[in-house]
Amino acid sequence: MTSSLHLWLIPLVPFAGFLVNGLLGRRFPKALVTTVALIATLIPFVQVANIALHFSSLTLPYTEQVATWITAGNFHADFAFALDQLTLIMLLVVTGVGFLIHIYSVGYMAEEEGYWRFFAYLNLFMFFMLTLVLAENFLLMFVGWEGVGLASYLLIGFYLTKDSAANAGKKAFVVNRIGDFGFLLAMFLLIAHFGTLSFSEVFNQVAQHPEWQGGFLTAIALFLILGATGKSAQIPLYVWLPDAMEGPTPVSALIHAATMVTAGVYMVVRTHVIFDRSPFALSTIAVIGTATALFAATIGLVQTDIKRVLAYSTVSQLGYMFLACGVAAYSSGIFHLLTHAFFKALLFLSAGSVIHALSGEQDMRVMGGLRKKIPITFWTMTMAVFAISGFPPFAGFFSKDEILYQAFISPNGLGKILWFIGLFTAGLTSFYMFRLWYLTFFGESRAQATTAHDDHGHGHGHGVHESSWVMLTPLVILAILSGIGGWVGVPEAMGGHAEIAHFLSPVTGAAHEAAEGRSMELLLAAVSVTVAVIGWFIAHLMYFAKPALPAQLASKVRGLYSLLLNKYWVDELYGAVVVAPLLLISRYVLKGLFDTGVITGGGMAIGYSAQGLGALVQRVQSGNIRSYAGWLALGAAALLLLTYVGFGTHLLFR
Amino acid sequence: MLNDSILSTITFVPTVGAIVVALLPRRGKLIQWFTLLISLLTFALTLHLPAHFQYGQTGFQFEENHPWITSPNIHYHLGIDGISLWLVVLVGFLGPMAVLASWKVIETHTKEFYFLFLLQQTAMIGVFVSLDMFLYYGFWELSLVPMAILIAMFGRNRGPQAAIKFFLYTFLPSALLLVGLIWLYAKTGTFDFVETQQYLSQNSGSIAPQALWWVSLAFLVAFAVKVPVFPLHGWLSDVFSEAPTAMAMVVAGKLGLYSIIRFNLGLFPSQSREVAPLMIALAVIGILYGALIALVQQDMKRFIAFSTIGHLSFCTLGIFCFTIVGLNGTVYQLLNHELSGAAMLILFGILYERYGTYDMGLYGGVATRLPRMATLYLITMLSLIGLPILNGFVGEFLILSSTFGVHPYWGAAATLGVILSAAYMLGMIQKIFYGQPSQLVANKTVPDVVAREGFALVPAVILMLVLGVASPYWIRAISGAVSGLAQNVAHATATFTTTVAEKR
Amino acid sequence: MVVPIAYYLVLSAILFSIGVAAFLIKRNIISIFMSIELMLNAVNLTFVAFAHQWHQVSGQIFVFFVMVVAAAEAAVGLAIIIAIFRTRNTLDVDHVDLMKL
Repeated sequence: MTSSLHLWLIPLVPFAGFLVNGLLGRRFPKALVTTVALIATLIPFVQVANIALHFSSLTLPYTEQVATWITAGNFHADFAFALDQLTLIMLLVVTGVGFLIHIYSVGYMAEEEGYWRFFAYLNLFMFFMLTLVLAENFLLMFVGWEGVGLASYLLIGFYLTKDSAANAGKKAFVVNRIGDFGFLLAMFLLIAHFGTLSFSEVFNQVAQHPEWQGGFLTAIALFLILGATGKSAQIPLYVWLPDAMEGPTPVSALIHAATMVTAGVYMVVRTHVIFDRSPFALSTIAVIGTATALFAATIGLVQTDIKRVLAYSTVSQLGYMFLACGVAAYSSGIFHLLTHAFFKALLFLSAGSVIHALSGEQDMRVMGGLRKKIPITFWTMTMAVFAISGFPPFAGFFSKDEILYQAFISPNGLGKILWFIGLFTAGLTSFYMFRLWYLTFFGESRAQATTAHDDHGHGHGHGVHESSWVMLTPLVILAILSGIGGWVGVPEAMGGHAEIAHFLSPVTGAAHEAAEGRSMELLLAAVSVTVAVIGWFIAHLMYFAKPALPAQLASKVRGLYSLLLNKYWVDELYGAVVVAPLLLISRYVLKGLFDTGVITGGGMAIGYSAQGLGALVQRVQSGNIRSYAGWLALGAAALLLLTYVGFGTHLLFR
Repeated sequence: MLNDSILSTITFVPTVGAIVVALLPRRGKLIQWFTLLISLLTFALTLHLPAHFQYGQTGFQFEENHPWITSPNIHYHLGIDGISLWLVVLVGFLGPMAVLASWKVIETHTKEFYFLFLLQQTAMIGVFVSLDMFLYYGFWELSLVPMAILIAMFGRNRGPQAAIKFFLYTFLPSALLLVGLIWLYAKTGTFDFVETQQYLSQNSGSIAPQALWWVSLAFLVAFAVKVPVFPLHGWLSDVFSEAPTAMAMVVAGKLGLYSIIRFNLGLFPSQSREVAPLMIALAVIGILYGALIALVQQDMKRFIAFSTIGHLSFCTLGIFCFTIVGLNGTVYQLLNHELSGAAMLILFGILYERYGTYDMGLYGGVATRLPRMATLYLITMLSLIGLPILNGFVGEFLILSSTFGVHPYWGAAATLGVILSAAYMLGMIQKIFYGQPSQLVANKTVPDVVAREGFALVPAVILMLVLGVASPYWIRAISGAVSGLAQNVAHATATFTTTVAEKR
Repeated sequence: MVVPIAYYLVLSAILFSIGVAAFLIKRNIISIFMSIELMLNAVNLTFVAFAHQWHQVSGQIFVFFVMVVAAAEAAVGLAIIIAIFRTRNTLDVDHVDLMKL
């Protein structure tokens, strides 16, 4: 097929939606705002779906050069878009899940102040995210990269009057900027070594030079990793994501679970040609990912805010994706990205539905017994919980298992250790997800103790209620996807065809196959299901069968408990080690001592010394005629003397 | 033919306007309207330049060269190239913005204010278009005087002090500049920029290198103060906090940076090469220093002053890496920063008009009260922190990437500024706009952005977006001029090192 | 008998030194004024002496110039002195050290 696909329309339509709603939305009636926003998201989705239907007839990779963006000296960057298998999957996720969440938001945000603003920002996010995914060069990807950060900043701080929201937004942006610093440096290195930022040109050059191993490619890869850890909330830059839960729940679902945070994974897979040349960088990703998965999961064990549990679970699941990338199982990473988008979006949206039902309550300790009151939400949430915990045949099982299997068989020496930690984390995941499930939906309602704080301003004074259908429809669709979404990647060992790996293989290369063969894969799958069941069982024991147990346990290992509850004090650590010293140095040393002292003081000192000198010389100018006459006489006498001595030869030109 | 006299026309229309302003009666808003008209006319005239600019050519265009004084040999020589082209247009663009920003703030001495304002316009345009260095010097000095007087007259509370500071900081180094100019004249017998350039490049052997080194330093210091480069920035925060918005938005950056590019790189390439390590270090320090101090500033005007130091240091960095990419980025960043910085100053000004304080600590929760203003703040802020598809990114990226190619560690250190600038700018936005309305904000009902302010700011905001996505339109002009300069430096260095080697 | 030029010059130097000394020592403005006249006339004397010596008339002419200037100066100076005395009731130079009345 040679006719143009008009890829540029995909990001631009949401941008148009943003402009319309952003500029005029204040005066629009709600229905019009909704229409504009939904259409602006639906058109790209339809276009992407259309492309997907004709995908087999395309010559790939398909690129589209729209315009020159920057050209200076020998540097050149275009507005250029590219489409390949990887892009298509991302596009489907972003537009599909994005559209569902837009629909959900219509219901969720119905009562909010600044309804138009919310949808404008959401469309802006779609614009940047689609740019990120479609970009054909690093620079344009960076546009999306920074832009989604901006949209995230705006949406986290959506509740303008909440200080905590403003802080969280700022934190998210600044921490992301630290990652962007890495991304920028990686681009500078790319320019220095390749002279271009175009993906195809860079990758071609790398392919043509098989002798390039490690070296500067490792440096580039490490800087890219720094960028990815910022965007995808990995150690050491994960700290912003839990705080980002200050934003409205659909935002958490769309940006901080399904799409934006996976950008780091997407970027690593996109640039895997570079990573493949650097075993060190790959190991780094794998270790970061695994460590983050475990670390975040342990924090998730004890959190009481429903959204924070999900946030830490997101961080943890992203760790899995990083692990997949680190063992060069890129298609597995993308597979998990896909299934995770479904079930994590579903988890957040269901949680949103719960929060909505409880008029803004987010603390799980005062929930409970909601199973009967909001049955549809309960069932969708159940689907998601089973999916994330890795029970077959739900989506998460296949993707997570694929990652663990790939880690196990990876030639990397760390592979077995990474596999074991991943497995352990899977158990933890299962535990905390079922904990959430039991605390929210089972047992007696604990809501009487406190009246619901209405900090979202929903204004539903009345009792617990199921959400409207506009919210439930996306939940149901996502629940179905969480159920069957994993079937596109059923490994051959289980009688499937691993379609997704084959589909992606033109981009990512063929997946590894173990020498041990399929029985090993089945054995590992059985082990991980067992671990998930154990996690469920413990959660059942602690939060359903014996509800007093958690408190006893907590008091028994109080140190560990408070360590986890306070998230290892990492925020405090960063505050004390980085932020506080920086502010102190700026305030007292640079501003106080140097700028006021040396710069301003120095200027003043020069001024005053000039004044002092003037005051000294001023005394001669007494205005007294006789003193002038005296000086005159003295001068004349001196001159006379000089004439006598002979100043021509003796004094001046000696 | 208009092309033959367009530069003179642009330069002196404001002067004529100033004279008429002096004669106008003080009645109603007559003076304001007239000044607005003149500044719009100037802007319209400047648009003639890009329309008729020959983009492919290097060298100066729209030249006017008439003998003026025979002894000493001074010509009335005007001309622009790709570097000064956009700066002239920029001055034209900022003119109406400045008038609109002063509309209500300047209530007393309006005649004096607008008279001096228009004179200032002439001086700034004159600096950019003069090719005779004596003429240039005249405009350069002229640009200092109205500024100092206006700061003294309209200072917030310590105006005269700030004015004296400004005057001394900028005037003393200008004296050095004059000495350097006269020395050059004594050697070359001409004040003409082009002839001097030719002379110096052809007779580099006949002039004592030591002396030339001192002259280049005299030039550099005079310009560096005006930028300002890091340790010479003492005047900026005082001037920003005292000067009326219309003056603060034009005082920093472009005059000094343009002059460094034009004269230091143009006339003294090998000396610039030698001083580059120092300047790069100072620029990187300036980036980080400005950002760190902005991080802890409470006063909006001082905040923007230090952020300006940081942003302009990017330009200094770009200049002294001597790459074509970097110089392109520098000129572009200069345009961007003047635009966005001016918009930010105006925004601070209109917030001050409403609430009567520049102390950020007293603000809070303004976003819910003034949503339109919040939007303008946000976009301007994003432009200043270099968000892609807004203007700031292009320049910053070009500068940093080229710096990184030449000096990786300095480049990386400068890139840290990107993180810090986000931190302080978002901090500012948070303090002013987020949270519950503070006492000050809650107790006072004020209008959102009014039409007059919209006319000043909305074009700027639109331009930020356009500059961010359509950079080739501007860079094609800049590129031709700076590539010559970069080659000049490279060539000079080559010959310099070979002559040194030969001597040894 | 011809008086040698040295005599005139010595006399003139003595007169001039007296003038200078008086100018420095005296406090009364009128005395100072007179000492200035004395110095002028000392110079006049040398002019005349040399004019006689060299038979050149220009020296004599210079003396006339000096006298004219001195006369003008006397007129202006005395007027100033009177003005000062009127406003300050003193002619002590040490009390007249401002550039105004």
